[in-house]
Amino acid sequence: MIEFHSVTKRFPDGTLAVDDFSLVLPSHKTTVLVGTSGSGKTTLLRMINRMVDPTSGSIEIDGADIGTLEPVKLRRGIGYVMQNSGLLPHRRVIDNVATVPMLRGMAKKKARDEALALLDTVGLDRLLANRYPSQLSGGQQQRVGVARGLAVNPNILLMDEPFGAVDPIVRAELQQELLRLQRELGKTVVFVTHDIDEAFLLGDQVVILRTGGKVAQVGSPAEILANPIDEFVATFVGADRGKRSLHLENHGDGDIVVDETGRLAGVLVGSGPSASPSTVSSESKAGPRGPGASAQGGDSR
Amino acid sequence: MSFLTETLAWLVDPANWVGAGGIPTRLAQHLLFTLVTLLVAALIAVPTGFLIGHTGRGRGLAVALSGAFRAIPTLGLLTLVALWVGIGLNAPYVALTVLAIPPILAGAYTGFEAIDRKIIDAARAVGMSEAQIVLKVELPLGLPLLIGGLRSATLQVVATATLAAYIANFGLGRYLFEGLRIRDYGEMLGGSILVILLAIVLEGVFALVQKLVVPRGVTAGLPIDIRDGSSRSRPVMESTIEEGNSHVHSE
Repeated sequence: MIEFHSVTKRFPDGTLAVDDFSLVLPSHKTTVLVGTSGSGKTTLLRMINRMVDPTSGSIEIDGADIGTLEPVKLRRGIGYVMQNSGLLPHRRVIDNVATVPMLRGMAKKKARDEALALLDTVGLDRLLANRYPSQLSGGQQQRVGVARGLAVNPNILLMDEPFGAVDPIVRAELQQELLRLQRELGKTVVFVTHDIDEAFLLGDQVVILRTGGKVAQVGSPAEILANPIDEFVATFVGADRGKRSLHLENHGDGDIVVDETGRLAGVLVGSGPSASPSTVSSESKAGPRGPGASAQGGDSR
Repeated sequence: MSFLTETLAWLVDPANWVGAGGIPTRLAQHLLFTLVTLLVAALIAVPTGFLIGHTGRGRGLAVALSGAFRAIPTLGLLTLVALWVGIGLNAPYVALTVLAIPPILAGAYTGFEAIDRKIIDAARAVGMSEAQIVLKVELPLGLPLLIGGLRSATLQVVATATLAAYIANFGLGRYLFEGLRIRDYGEMLGGSILVILLAIVLEGVFALVQKLVVPRGVTAGLPIDIRDGSSRSRPVMESTIEEGNSHVHSE
């Protein structure tokens, strides 16, 4: 469990990145920090492994104040995955994955064996083990980045827009892969993104931040979508527009769901007129980018 | 024309190849002097350059000082130091070390600076200590540019080391000063040719070393990266190392 207690971060240039932020991030769940640029989400993430130290307030991991821990030691116990993978270009894939275990004193042979097993875990062919990062595709590099993050078998995995630089198809693939990994491994994942669809897809708990590191709303995706706390959140999650603003139309035999512009979004199944709006919402969240919804609607016109 | 025949005659004269003032002795003196100067300059400039490159602090000062050092006329400095410490080899050592420091310093810190900050940041975030970042990340990735700096310093020192003979009976420069005094242009030109040959050989050695120290991972995916134009994370570093290598690669 990670707890933020009234954390504030003001950078030397005067920018207030995070303002009096308090939050509990439950263990074995994925918490997604989502917000626009300048909302302090990356700063918050980097405070957890002391890449950034708060100006005031404290952060506890399982009850221990991390301000009292040695940064290098702390970081070696926390998985970190960043955008553009951040792999060491002069080391082979397998050595990149084995880096941190070896820093912690694991023998080279054992570290490499475990690294090979991790390549399986993240769905990479073992044949890639002896390649250099520059010889891999962006998606493959990102998988190696995840494998490296998992290498020390950490309880906590920090992910800083890890899928931000890959194309939408590979991103969808990696998102599904992460969901699978999370079902198998049950890490405490802290995930930063500016993509609300990604946040709703991956997050058990979603934290919507507004500029200056203030929390706009915290909740499960369904709670936020059903009850956006204010105009900002409603706009940010897109509840008032396009593909999330769905309503029912009755066409004789059954109900169909259409979006704001009247395009067909889907059919309401397995329930009568009493279907709750949240059912529709959660269906929409399951495949916001999928070929299903909008494409189908387009065809029907 | 007669210069060339005189020069050739001087170069092949067996009398010039033996004894304390013979070509092999002076060549060895010159080479040793160059290497010692480079070593001393590197001992000062490399750690300083690494510190500047790693912390990003003091760069402005380093650039200004390097510029100032480069502007010092070596002969003037040599004379000044000689007046201070007396006739002998100490003065040329000091003067040429001052000459060699700027390129080595520049090679050391630009080598570090050219590395994508994201790589350093990631290395720190996964738990490398500052010393480990320097030794395991910045040093291997910055080495080609450092060798480039050493290479350019070597070239300057080997040529300018002829000035050591100005105040000491030492090195290949002796042939130049002696030849000038007794108007033996064959000896002068012969001495110059020896300096040039030594410079070319050293240049070749460094070019080879510089090529060998480029980490394989950096060059491995290069042609593919350029072709598919993907949004990879290291355009800065790749282009810089390519640049550092431009003398070596013929492609």
